[in-house]
Amino acid sequence: MSSSVVAAPVPSLVDGAGAATRRRRPVGRRRWGQLIWVAPALAVYAFFVLRPLITSVQYSLYEWNGIGVATFVGGANYVEVLTDPEQLGIIANAVVLVLFFTVIPVALGLLAAALMHGLPSGSFTTVSRSVLFIPQVIPLVAAGIVWDWVYSTNGIANQLLSAVGLGGITRPWLADFDTALPAVGLIGSWVQLGLCTLLLLTGIAKIDPSLYEAARLDGASRLQVFRHVTLPGLRREIGVCVTVTMIAALASFDIVYITTQGGPGNQTMVPGVEIYRLAFSEREVGQASAMAVVLMVLVLVAILPVQRLTQRSDQ
Amino acid sequence: MNARTRSTLAGRGLLVLFMIATLVPFVTIFSTALQPQGSIPTGVSWPDDPQWHNFVDAFRVANLGPLLGSSLLIVLGVVPVALLFAALAGYGLAQLKVPFAGALFLVFVAGLTIPFESLITPLYYQMQELGLLGSRWAIILPLIALFMPFGVFWMRAHFQTVPVELSEAAALDGAGPWGAFRRIHLPLAVPALSSLAILLFLWTWNQFILAIVMVDDPLKRTMAGALGAFQGRYGTDIVLLSAGALLIMAPTIVVFLVFQRQFSQALLQGAVKG
Repeated sequence: MSSSVVAAPVPSLVDGAGAATRRRRPVGRRRWGQLIWVAPALAVYAFFVLRPLITSVQYSLYEWNGIGVATFVGGANYVEVLTDPEQLGIIANAVVLVLFFTVIPVALGLLAAALMHGLPSGSFTTVSRSVLFIPQVIPLVAAGIVWDWVYSTNGIANQLLSAVGLGGITRPWLADFDTALPAVGLIGSWVQLGLCTLLLLTGIAKIDPSLYEAARLDGASRLQVFRHVTLPGLRREIGVCVTVTMIAALASFDIVYITTQGGPGNQTMVPGVEIYRLAFSEREVGQASAMAVVLMVLVLVAILPVQRLTQRSDQ
Repeated sequence: MNARTRSTLAGRGLLVLFMIATLVPFVTIFSTALQPQGSIPTGVSWPDDPQWHNFVDAFRVANLGPLLGSSLLIVLGVVPVALLFAALAGYGLAQLKVPFAGALFLVFVAGLTIPFESLITPLYYQMQELGLLGSRWAIILPLIALFMPFGVFWMRAHFQTVPVELSEAAALDGAGPWGAFRRIHLPLAVPALSSLAILLFLWTWNQFILAIVMVDDPLKRTMAGALGAFQGRYGTDIVLLSAGALLIMAPTIVVFLVFQRQFSQALLQGAVKG
C-alpha cells in the first residue's frame, strides 16, 4: 500500500482467487444484475485509480509542462529514465532501501521467532505486541521528524556513540554523503521490524509442534530444524513480510521527503520523491510519468517472484 | 536449564532489545519536547523544570484545533463510504454469482501493488479538471478509491467464511439478496468491518502525499500533511517541533491502544488469509 504502512496484507496475486471459492458454491444463478453489488466500488476504483493509471502511461509518451501544448516524444522519456546515470542512481537507491526495509527486519524477525518457537502467549507477548506495533500506526511523517532529531548533531545517536568512546565518528548522519542513505534505510528497518517480528511469531505458533518433536528425535541440528521445519512452515508469513516491506521500500516517499528531500546531493533521492519533484517543481510531467510507470513495473518485477515462491498452493 | 529454555530466554532477550530500539526515539523526542523553548537540547536529558506548557503552545501555533476538525471531516468523508462500498463488493464477490467474479477480484487486488506516487500526477490534473483542487474532496475521493483494493479483499475474505446456507435459509424465508445482506450478513460482518474501519482511519489520518499535492492550505489537510507544513515553518525550533509531532501522532497511538486486540489480531491473521 505504497507509503502508508500498516501491513497492507497482500493476497496472492497468483492463485489467490481460487483457494476459497472452491469450497462452496454461491447461491443463485449467475446474473448480470448482480454486478450492481460491485458497481460502486468498481466505479470509484476505475475513475480514481485505473483512469489515472492509463493517463500516467499516456503522459509518459509526451513532453508537457502541465499547462501548454504537449508534444509527443515516444519513448524518449523512458530512454532518459533508463540511461541517465542520475535517474538510474535514483532507482538504485530504492533497491538499496530494500536491504534495510526488508532484509534486516525479516532476518531479525526470523531469528526472534526461531528462538521463541512454540512459546505460549503470555503477558510478555501482549506487551511486546503493543510496543512493537507502534511504529506501524504513527504517521511516517512523524517517524521522519523523530528520526531527524535522533540523527542530528546533538541527537541521541551521537550522544550514545560519544558515551561508548566512539566520539570520533559522530556526525550529522542524514547530512553526510556516505551515511545519509543507510541512515534513511535504518528508519525503514525501525518501522518494519515490529510488523515482521509479530507476523513471524504468530506464524511459528501455528506450526505443528510434532514436526519439531520429530526433527529432535531424528537428531536434527538447530540449523537443520530451522531450514527444514521453520522456514517451510513460515513460507506464507515470510511472503507477506517481504511483499509488504518491499513495496514500502521501493515506493518510499514520506520518510525521505521529511528527513532529506533526497539530499545531500542526490544521495537519498528515491523514485517517489523524484516523481513529486519532476511533476510539481520542475513541471516535467512526461518525465515524471515515465518514472511513475518504471516504479510500477519495478514493484511488480520485485513482488511477483516472491508471490510465486511463497504462495504456491500448499493445502 | 535445558537448551529449550535457554533458547526461549535468548528469544525474550532479543524481543526486549527490539522493544527498547522501538521506544528510544520516542523517549528522546518526549524529553526534548519538555525542554525550555529556544534552547538547544541534546539527545536525552530530563529537564530540571519540564515545560509541559510547550504542548499547549504547539497546539496553538500549529493550529491543531482546526486541524483536528479538518482531519475528522476527511475521515468522515472517506471511511463510511469506503466501508459500505467494500462490504457490498465483498459480499457480491463471495456470496453471489457475480459474472466474472474472479477477474473482477484480480483487478481489485492488482491495485494493492500500485504505489500512490505513480498515480499522483494524473490525479492532480484530474482534480484540476473537476475543479476540486484545494478542497478536501481532492483528498477524499481518491482515498476512497485507493482503499478499494484492500477493502474489497478484506471484506470478500470475511464473507467467504460465512456459510452459504445462511443465505439459502434467508432465501427460503423470502428474503432477497439485499434483505439477507442487511439483516443477516451485515450484523455478522461487524467485527470485520470494525477492524477495517480502524485501518482505514489510520491510513487516512496518516496520508501525506495526497494532502500536500492536492491542498495548498495546511488547515484543510490531514494531520500528517499539516505536520509537513509545520516542520517547514518551525523546523529550527526543535522543542516546539517535538511537542507538535507528539501531539499529531498521539491520536493514532490512542486509537491503536484502545482497539489493539481487534487490530493486531485481525491484522496478523488477515495478512496471511489470502
